[in-house]
Amino acid sequence: MKPARFAYFQPDSVDEAVACLRENGGEARVLAGGQSLLVLMNRRQIRPTALVDLKRVRGLDYLVRDGEGLRIGALTRHIDIENADDPQIRTAFGVLPESARLIGHLPIRTRGTFGGSIAYADPRAEWCLLAVLLDAEVVVVSEDGSRTVPAKDFFTGAHQSAARWDEIVAEVRFPHPAPNAALVEFGIQQGDLPVVAASAAVDLDARGRIASARIALGGVADRPVRANGAEKAAVGSVPDGRLLDHLAQLASKELDPPADPRTDGHDRKELATVLVARALRASIARGATAGTGATPRTGATPGTSATAGTGRQADHQKAEDR
Amino acid sequence: MTAPSDTAPERLPDLVSDVASEPEPAPIPVEVTVNGDPRALSVEARRSLADVLNRALGLPGTQVGCELGACGTCTVLVNGEPARACLMLAVQADGTEVETVESLARDGRLNALQKAFSEKYALQCGFCTPGFLMLATALLRKEPDASRERIRESVSANLCRCGGYSQIIDAIESVATAGADATAGDAIPGDAVPRDATPGAEPTTAAEPTPGTDARS
Ligand SMILES: Cc1cc2nc3c(=O)[nH]c(=O)nc-3n(C[C@H](O)[C@H](O)[C@H](O)COP(=O)(O)OP(=O)(O)OC[C@H]3O[C@@H](n4cnc5c(N)ncnc54)[C@H](O)[C@@H]3O)c2cc1C
Ligand code: FES
Ligand code: FES
Repeated sequence: MKPARFAYFQPDSVDEAVACLRENGGEARVLAGGQSLLVLMNRRQIRPTALVDLKRVRGLDYLVRDGEGLRIGALTRHIDIENADDPQIRTAFGVLPESARLIGHLPIRTRGTFGGSIAYADPRAEWCLLAVLLDAEVVVVSEDGSRTVPAKDFFTGAHQSAARWDEIVAEVRFPHPAPNAALVEFGIQQGDLPVVAASAAVDLDARGRIASARIALGGVADRPVRANGAEKAAVGSVPDGRLLDHLAQLASKELDPPADPRTDGHDRKELATVLVARALRASIARGATAGTGATPRTGATPGTSATAGTGRQADHQKAEDR
Repeated sequence: MTAPSDTAPERLPDLVSDVASEPEPAPIPVEVTVNGDPRALSVEARRSLADVLNRALGLPGTQVGCELGACGTCTVLVNGEPARACLMLAVQADGTEVETVESLARDGRLNALQKAFSEKYALQCGFCTPGFLMLATALLRKEPDASRERIRESVSANLCRCGGYSQIIDAIESVATAGADATAGDAIPGDAVPRDATPGAEPTTAAEPTPGTDARS
């Protein structure tokens, strides 16, 4: 099908874009890469009265290091993150380029944007999951100025966010490096959004005990969630296989995934257990490699060290395919 | 900010009756280079790039299957990168260079990649072929000696309902390992092939666009 009629605008700057949004009222939509929006419009699931296309807006397309952290402009495409070649970004935020490869297929990644994914707030999306895992902050801009919303407060439901209708997502800030972060996921088909995705960032202390652990899951609730109980229980423990399996059980015990047309909630709880265990192992394996000074990041493939696997190779870990 | 222009509308026939009673907003001017030719036209904002290629530019080779980004049969190259022409508005293509399957054959001669598709039986109905050819063109330009694994991973972006994946991979691999320049029409010597045998391109005189004609129906 074809989209219903709409008025179309190509503002040249963020200022013009936010003015244009406000002028056109609540039924206007921002158009970034169009890889989610145009699907909905082609199906006529939504009929925006106006599109504010950001294609001419310059200066929202960047990946820049900011002290220890990283700032990503909203219009940065998935492919630009996948191909980021700054070695410091690849070391401190290697999980980003690696996860980019899990998003759709190349022709989706050449158009889709980081900010579009964050704004779309799909509970399974890799970028939303990593924003929550890594305590990112989302910068939104309107005619009234800009404000910064922590990722944990930004996602308020499936495809719902704290961004108001007249606000544009301008930037996402990752405040701290996360060299050990890992993301693994299970999907029906390579290139689809995952059914469940798990991510973890574990730091060990000098004695090899867990100093801090962050665990986040996608596809198990109406937004990406942190496994707070498991994170707390992890601190101070020796990260052996039994502990990691125990933490994965704890993490999934906290969940109550709603049934969806493809899987009932129980399936996804089981998937969560398996995937959290894999994500924890992958993260710890990274910490170990980094600790020895050798950091062959390209060789570190999350999930390959998993023992609790389902035995199914439908996992869309494209990293393994390369 | 670009205001809707008052250029004479180049109306395409409506595909769906629209319940909305508001008049169609004025068309938007678009300048785009298609298969090397700079083109200037004005299009309704809601037209996809695929529609405008097919219907306004007289290039029917780009197929449209799902219109939801899932099948990849509409794949074209935008600034050298593969993109879904059903998930891109034609107005978003303003200022870009677009390449379609019609750019592959030169003077009725298939290029190496098309020839390989034909020789390796990489198509049955041919509906998916334009998309696979453009996907493979982009891959081989960047990685002329792409491994079978890379090719497999790359073509997983597109669907073939006839199920000819192995042959599609064989065809691309034969060009990759042969080291032939997949994008050069004359790279592999061969008899001139009549244009209507071009895998993926429907018989057309693409040179003379016929705005407004629906070559696909
Ligand atoms: C076949 C296919 C497979 C896919 N697979 C995956 C996958 O595996 N993982 C995944 O995460 N995604 C997947 N996607 C979705 C893809 O990542 C999209 O690119 C992304 O969800 C939206 O980004 P976009 O730039 O295309 O945004 P658009 O489609 O342009 O916009 C999406 C929504 O966000 C709003 N919006 C966009 N940008 C802004 C902004 N800067 N400020 C405010 N609002 C904004 C729009 O108004 C709209 O409501 C897939 C899509 C397709 C078609
Ligand atoms: S028609 Fe564009 S992806 Fe199917
Ligand atoms: S050849 Fe028929 S769909 Fe691929």
